[in-house]
Amino acid sequence: MKPQKTDNFSRRNFLKTSLLASGGLLIGFNLLAACKPGALMPVDIENLNFNDFNAFIKISDDGFVTTFSPNPEIGQGVKTSMPMIIAEELEADWSKVNVVQGALDSKNFTRQVAGGSQSIRSSWDAFRQTGATAKQMLINAAAIKWNVDASTCVASKGIITNANGDKLGYGEVVKEAALLEVPENVKLKEIKDFTIIGQEIVNVDIDKIITGKPLFGLDYKVAGMLHASVLRPPAFGQKLESFDDTKAKAVNGVSEVIKFGDKIAVLATSTWAAMKGKKALSATWIKDSDFESTEKHNEVLTKILDGTKFETRREDGNISQAFAAADKVIERTYHSPFLPHNCLEPMNFYADVTAEKVHLVGPIQTPQWTVSRVAKLLERKEEDIFCEMTRMGGGFGRRLYGDFALEAAEISSLAKKPIKVIFSREDDMTAGTYRPSIKYRIKASIKDGKVTGYYLKEAAINGNMYGAIPNFFPAGCIPNFKVDTANHTSNITTGAWRAPYTNFLAFAEQTFFDELASELNIDTIQLRLDLLQNVKNTTDEKIEYSGQRMEDTIKLVREKANWGKTEEGVFQGFSAYYSHNTHVAEIADIVLQDGFPVIKKVTVAVDCGVVVNPSGARNQVEGGVIDGIGHAMFADFSFNEGKPDAQNFDTYRLIRMLETPKVEVHFIENNLSPTGLGEPGLPPAGGAVANAINAALGKRIYSQPFAKELEKSGILG
Amino acid sequence: MPNYTLHINGKERSVTADADTPLLWVLRDELNLVGTKFGCGIAQCGACTVYIDGVATRSCQMEVSFLDDVKITTIEGLSEDGKHPVQEAWKEIDVPQCGYCQAGQIMTATAFLNENKNPSEDEIRAAMHGNICRCASYNRIEKAVKVAAKKMS
Repeated sequence: MKPQKTDNFSRRNFLKTSLLASGGLLIGFNLLAACKPGALMPVDIENLNFNDFNAFIKISDDGFVTTFSPNPEIGQGVKTSMPMIIAEELEADWSKVNVVQGALDSKNFTRQVAGGSQSIRSSWDAFRQTGATAKQMLINAAAIKWNVDASTCVASKGIITNANGDKLGYGEVVKEAALLEVPENVKLKEIKDFTIIGQEIVNVDIDKIITGKPLFGLDYKVAGMLHASVLRPPAFGQKLESFDDTKAKAVNGVSEVIKFGDKIAVLATSTWAAMKGKKALSATWIKDSDFESTEKHNEVLTKILDGTKFETRREDGNISQAFAAADKVIERTYHSPFLPHNCLEPMNFYADVTAEKVHLVGPIQTPQWTVSRVAKLLERKEEDIFCEMTRMGGGFGRRLYGDFALEAAEISSLAKKPIKVIFSREDDMTAGTYRPSIKYRIKASIKDGKVTGYYLKEAAINGNMYGAIPNFFPAGCIPNFKVDTANHTSNITTGAWRAPYTNFLAFAEQTFFDELASELNIDTIQLRLDLLQNVKNTTDEKIEYSGQRMEDTIKLVREKANWGKTEEGVFQGFSAYYSHNTHVAEIADIVLQDGFPVIKKVTVAVDCGVVVNPSGARNQVEGGVIDGIGHAMFADFSFNEGKPDAQNFDTYRLIRMLETPKVEVHFIENNLSPTGLGEPGLPPAGGAVANAINAALGKRIYSQPFAKELEKSGILG
Repeated sequence: MPNYTLHINGKERSVTADADTPLLWVLRDELNLVGTKFGCGIAQCGACTVYIDGVATRSCQMEVSFLDDVKITTIEGLSEDGKHPVQEAWKEIDVPQCGYCQAGQIMTATAFLNENKNPSEDEIRAAMHGNICRCASYNRIEKAVKVAAKKMS
């Protein structure tokens, strides 16, 4: 690839354009910052390796538009929805749009991360501007050809039309457009005029998925590549003392056994041989720090909650006075276990480390961070490292942590061969970065029929709540308010799990408010609406959510679920939560079958601003709700002597079809900038179900998984 | 290592593999048929579902040495053009999120619909219960099976 400098460059804008040697217009852009002066444009896009630039739109001579989707696809739909935004403003014909996953460009691209439901939110404006600018350049080129004023021309479905009715396709003017100045301050479309955004667009990879074409990291292979299966310390708190690889090396297909750190990699010509080889290893492990257990975690977290050493995250009014003056004080404690992510595609990564370069390929949510860590590990320059992203068989936060990519790079570096690390399910479940166990204690004061004080204490493992979370509901709604946190440092690796910080917090708070409503003897939804009035005119800039948007969302779900008007034998539970910039309210309908609660339906209202792709958006919410219910009901992950008790799906229960409710999703219609949907559907789900269970059985649930709590009361499903 | 001849997707394929190698890994590593996915290795998740003589089977549990007399169909061989009614239904309903489990889901659904032309909702749910979708696209899987049943009847 020969990069060429282009003069056609505007620093005030964030676009660069280039005429391709092969014909067609290439538009490179950077999401938030202007292009770096001197950034190079690739001229040979067919052989593009993305090292110089990777957010692109290519418009070919035949009018076909290719967008290079820069954000990693983990099933959240951005590979479809982000190009839709560009195509909308570009006035492209969606049937002529191809979408290609971009590789990592650490130098010129901003926020190339899938996580926190931020992809759509952070790219909305930039993508629209890019599409609109490109459209204007094409119109300007056509106007010059026709010798008319550009303002008399319009574009639609990839065709420019002038006042005389003359028409030119985008492909016919790309050469001229590439030579024009990049216009600034282009006009964006009115939201009411959108023709692609708001349409039900099917996943762009659908044909490959339903026919089994290679797409995922696990499917990636290179001739001569070896498969690596890694034996890691079985318990957290252990290191390798010695090992014997005689039997492993005797396995057919095993070519090498490599020790790296406290791990041993078995390299083989097939995955099966590598896995067999690993099983044939015998290793001796020694303890290098304390073994932890679920029993110990329970003790430690309870001791923290009973103690006085906390860091205050937010404080309003005076909670001590509120409690002293209260008619009644209610205090409850909530507990959740560790959770593994269990992406269905186990962790895997390809690495080819040579003297010249480092080539990494695989499913990763954080390509940039991974490259910088690999650079450090191998003492290489970041420029020598090229990271390609594959489609990911689920992420849920696990693929934010590139430990598997670092393993691959280290093994390849030692073996001096291209290799691919593949985790077995047991490896994946036992060498995780878990959502840590957590306990909350919430205390509220009631005075004259009102909630006057709210005090939440968090006991976390390896840190949990921080930043904006103390400024979510009910912050701003209750005059005396305090959030305190304290931490236990564990040797078990922990990290983000879908809807980090709120996936369990929402359950605790939303069941607590349900209980408060019972104490106050008012409708649980009315209690939320009453409280939200207090935050509507807040001047506190730290408050993250909108009282009005939350109220509208709650009212929509109340109407759609026929709250309080269900048939006999159906019990409802309500929950609402704001997270990841999106407001969500849910109502679960359950029935009792042989005394066990069965969730039949969940009605959901969502305010995520403009819905870019309704089909993808509903899919995210449906999945998020069922995922939230599945983990709240069944997920039980305990430790003993530093080792996880569950290792595979025979001992760790995931929700399956027969436990699945129907999820009905309704979106608030507004013209506000879109926010993400990968996570916000999940946090309210557990609370809605727990509150419905209480409505049916008069039983409050304070711990997850619910099935275990119900079993303790003799309620068996 | 011994040599085996397998009947896969209407063709005879010759492979060299250890006798205990699961069909899953023969398909993926030796024959480049990577549509069949690895999820758990213990027949719990259904991502590796293929047909063996028309019966939906977990390929992670089938040793290659026992498969010389059977006909194997994988997702790649389900239809010539990706237009089996079940595949069409999956597209119409826009089922996948990450998409990783979907080949296994489609194989399970197809085998089920071959046996039961007019299934009830309860029968569909029971038939699909063995396949895990970690993204929980279960509502759409259920809908797509219903749509496919109509297409096939």
